[in-house]
Amino acid sequence: MSSIKLADRDHTLLSGEAGEGPRLAMSIVVRMAQVVNAPELLDISGAHIDSSLYQGPATLEFAERLADGGSRVQVPTTLNVSGVDVDGWRDWSVPEDWAGPARRQMEAYERMGCEPTWTCAPYQTQARPVLGEQVAWGESSAIIFANSVLGARTERYPDLLDICCAVTGRAPFAGLHLTENRKGQVLIDLARVPSKLADDPAFYPVLGHWIGLQAAGRNPVLDGLSVQPEEDDLKALGAAMASSGSVALFHWVGHTPEAPDIATAFQETEPVECFSVGLEDLREARDDLGSGLSESDGLDLVVLGSPHFSLSEFKRLAALVQGRERSPAVRMLITTSRGVRMLAHKAGYLGIVEAFGAELTVDTCILTTPMLPDDIRRLMTNSAKYAYYAPGLLERAVAFGSLRDCVESAVIGRVTRDDGIWIV
Amino acid sequence: MTPSPTLVGCSLVPGSVEAQLLYTSEPLSFWGGYDARSGEVIDRRHQLVGQNGAGHIMAIPATRGSSTTTAVLLEAVRRGTAPVGFLTREPDSFLALAAIVAAELYGRVLPVVALDPLDFDVLRTADRVRIEESGVVIPN
Repeated sequence: MSSIKLADRDHTLLSGEAGEGPRLAMSIVVRMAQVVNAPELLDISGAHIDSSLYQGPATLEFAERLADGGSRVQVPTTLNVSGVDVDGWRDWSVPEDWAGPARRQMEAYERMGCEPTWTCAPYQTQARPVLGEQVAWGESSAIIFANSVLGARTERYPDLLDICCAVTGRAPFAGLHLTENRKGQVLIDLARVPSKLADDPAFYPVLGHWIGLQAAGRNPVLDGLSVQPEEDDLKALGAAMASSGSVALFHWVGHTPEAPDIATAFQETEPVECFSVGLEDLREARDDLGSGLSESDGLDLVVLGSPHFSLSEFKRLAALVQGRERSPAVRMLITTSRGVRMLAHKAGYLGIVEAFGAELTVDTCILTTPMLPDDIRRLMTNSAKYAYYAPGLLERAVAFGSLRDCVESAVIGRVTRDDGIWIV
Repeated sequence: MTPSPTLVGCSLVPGSVEAQLLYTSEPLSFWGGYDARSGEVIDRRHQLVGQNGAGHIMAIPATRGSSTTTAVLLEAVRRGTAPVGFLTREPDSFLALAAIVAAELYGRVLPVVALDPLDFDVLRTADRVRIEESGVVIPN
């Protein structure tokens, strides 16, 4: 295994002089640098921590080993979702013996100096890393947003490593930190996508799901479609690709910062593979996102907000539900951050969606806290990530639809979708 | 009986262990795919669904998807429901990280060896396998 060039302060941390926590963190960073054949470590200027997810006593023990050992983050550090909504968990079916240790784990990360943002979409409320900035981010949907939409540089940091980078301020110089690894690899030609479909927000998560399945870990470059995607669209597109294909970086010619033109996106190289996507592929991808629920089936819960619901999504939802009446058979849950909830409240959207009967959970989501009661079996969502993971993780049936479909289904009390844009 | 071939891999986390082999040609996300309480593979789309990885050496091309795989695996190590070693088709940093933290936290050695693709495929028919400190892998 290769030997790593270390700076003096790296050796200081490794020696334990700065405490047991920083020693542990640095020894893990150095071992991982060896694993990925990094010649040296690089300085990072920010971090986003996915290790905050509670997975059982082991993740709590790890967090407390670091915190009790005197670890403090060396760079501005935001926190991903936690394992429990501290104020709201009693409204749902979260067991006490989960909530207690999950809360303790949150405190350990706060003690290390991380900002208590508790969101998978920190870029919606916090300062953002800029083009070319080297950071260490966890959470697949946040990683792909940082790399692709912001042009910041982060490797796909797994739980347990992201916090070690934050505590040491260092990361292995490898992967997507390096310019050469950021070049496009596969071309996604969007020319056959009907413009009627491309104008609908549901296009983006479905396209992302499809691209993830084709690209499978390689960097895709999108081109050939005249649209103006909004930030929520790019968020949904990336999150879906990350779920279905472990994609950590995409380029979209003319829309993302490292792709002013196609030659730059590919760094003057040829694509290793080209894909052309049309309506039929996307309709199949949409159907693949659903699992065990179809048209006119009954429905227990509409769930929105993975990645966490944004202020502009609250605005769209408020416009759709204003003056409507929800079926008493269907609950509506929105998962978001404390920060966005406050902004939605101030903007007046929160009152409107709550009048419709929507409930909010903050700091966490249905995948990361065991909150759903047993009698909620049938879900509908506009999130590809929820649709992808809910069947396996939660053993629930899921229907995928646009935000408008989700609202209409909540009103009539069963799954309904407007198929107009999905038909030639 | 033909002698077993000896495979030479790259030892990402060194250690020696011998156990029953659980082989799959399909990558797996441990988050949503492996139940740390029981050691059972629970991803219903996966070849190994319903099989138990506890106490086995797992031959898996790579991990897939979620970056929470490492945390799930660490919890499985703590509970004694994790595989006792990993053989992969390409270097997998997530498995290596879980093994490195498991060693720090619980003093458990969980060898992780990356094999050449052709060598990995040889394991398809093996029942038991021995991993040596050096990264040598001997199927029986």
